[in-house]
Amino acid sequence: MPHMTDERVRAGLAREEDLSLLHEVSMKTAGVSHLEMCIQCGTCGGSCPVAQAMDHTPRMLFAMLRAGMRDEVLRSNTMWLCVSCYHCVVRCPQEVHIADVMYTLKSMAIQAKLYTDSTAPDFSQTFIDMIKMFGRSYEMGLASRHYLRHFPLRLPGMMPMGYGMLTKGRMSMMPKKIKHMDQLKKIMARAKQLELTS
Amino acid sequence: MNKYLFYPGCSMESSGKAYGDSIRAIVEPLDLNFEEIDDWNCCGATEYLGINLIPAYSLIARNLALAAKQMNGTHTVVAPCSACYLNLAKADYYMQERPTLGERVNEALAAGDLQYKPGTLDVRHLIDILVYDVGLETIRSKVVRPLHGLKVVPYMGCMLPRPDYQHRWSDHEHPTELDDLLRALGADVIDYPLTTECCGGHMTQIGPETAFELIRRLIADADERGAHLMATVCPMCQMNIDAYQNETNHYFGTHYHMPVLFFTQLMGLAFGKEPDELGIGLELVSSRNALANIGIEVPVTQEPAGPHKKYEGLPMPRRWTKHEGKEAVK
Repeated sequence: MPHMTDERVRAGLAREEDLSLLHEVSMKTAGVSHLEMCIQCGTCGGSCPVAQAMDHTPRMLFAMLRAGMRDEVLRSNTMWLCVSCYHCVVRCPQEVHIADVMYTLKSMAIQAKLYTDSTAPDFSQTFIDMIKMFGRSYEMGLASRHYLRHFPLRLPGMMPMGYGMLTKGRMSMMPKKIKHMDQLKKIMARAKQLELTS
Repeated sequence: MNKYLFYPGCSMESSGKAYGDSIRAIVEPLDLNFEEIDDWNCCGATEYLGINLIPAYSLIARNLALAAKQMNGTHTVVAPCSACYLNLAKADYYMQERPTLGERVNEALAAGDLQYKPGTLDVRHLIDILVYDVGLETIRSKVVRPLHGLKVVPYMGCMLPRPDYQHRWSDHEHPTELDDLLRALGADVIDYPLTTECCGGHMTQIGPETAFELIRRLIADADERGAHLMATVCPMCQMNIDAYQNETNHYFGTHYHMPVLFFTQLMGLAFGKEPDELGIGLELVSSRNALANIGIEVPVTQEPAGPHKKYEGLPMPRRWTKHEGKEAVK
């Protein structure tokens, strides 16, 4: 990729710092993102079941990435609305790992503290906190913390559902815990270090 | 006996308990041996990937490493949950596609004396095993109570057939595996164009309005096509369509009553198992009336009373009976 960068910059088609954003996102994405290959065809937005609620379609967001509009991209609600249904991914003629790019943009927005609605990042963080404590997801703890913090007004309407889930044994009051929490904790601590240094 | 390594996933013990129960009921008649991966942990669902890269993939890969240690006559991991399946399969694939990711993840795993060489295991979904390993012929031969007359829409969900890096499915948008399997059970399978549309995933928790619209589309279309019930392969889909149907109805002012069962529950019924053994009745939108269409009796369970019931006619004093809730919702 650096080779391509040089050429485009030399030809006056792009600024070094603009391309560096595209490159950064690409490098932070799992697998080979193919993000640089986007031809702006718009198939992604046309395939998206929640595009109507996004402030920028994925196609537009990728154009903005290329233009180096870091803050505007990271402030967008696009990645937070992505439901990871992979419709765009299988239709993309350039095989861009769109859903995974959305994950990358979420993590970058969190790090830059550029998200406007705190519900989604907070939900993810709570979910992960439970796993780090128990090794398994803990729906009761997750739901109660999340709803109390963000949707207290939804709680009365949700009581019958919560009651049904509890009485039918579909939600447990107590978390399940794995045997080797110590091992999982060591792995996660090392992974966190590696994330910071890479 | 066909042996597989089994990764149940967290929901199999909680919200998707009926899935777990019905899987246990059908493995024996199909001569399958599912060996649970010892001390498996949560795959992180879609939550961790949006926070950190290396930790998210290390969390997933611990399961792959444990499974690889347990390989004994099989190298296939079976996951019944679509999100677990996708995470495990994707981790294996991306660790190969981007070797630096593989190296980092292995460095992290080494802190817990584990390692995983990508490509060692085959990660597959339960329905893939049933359709392609067990085979529809064998399944058909086990049917003692064909589901003739039960109108079912097959709902595959999104994370199973996509992105499908390993090319396991007949199609990315309209796969027919679930249709074929339900047909083998004798059910009247209804064409369902929305079969791989998304149920909203975690949006029921963080952006309910977005999720309610996705859920509405699914149940409205199933209802219009005259379905008695929906069959799903994913605990997240089941949870969203079942547990949030009441809220969705309230949000749109609709009165849908569309039960959604796991395909393994229908397999169990066709194999002659009893409803309570298959976790039937654990759903919040009762499948009782739907199954009565084909003469299967489900023990009565109390449905949660809807909080926002709309009454028709003049407001009159009402005497509540135990089953009134159900009639009013329907």
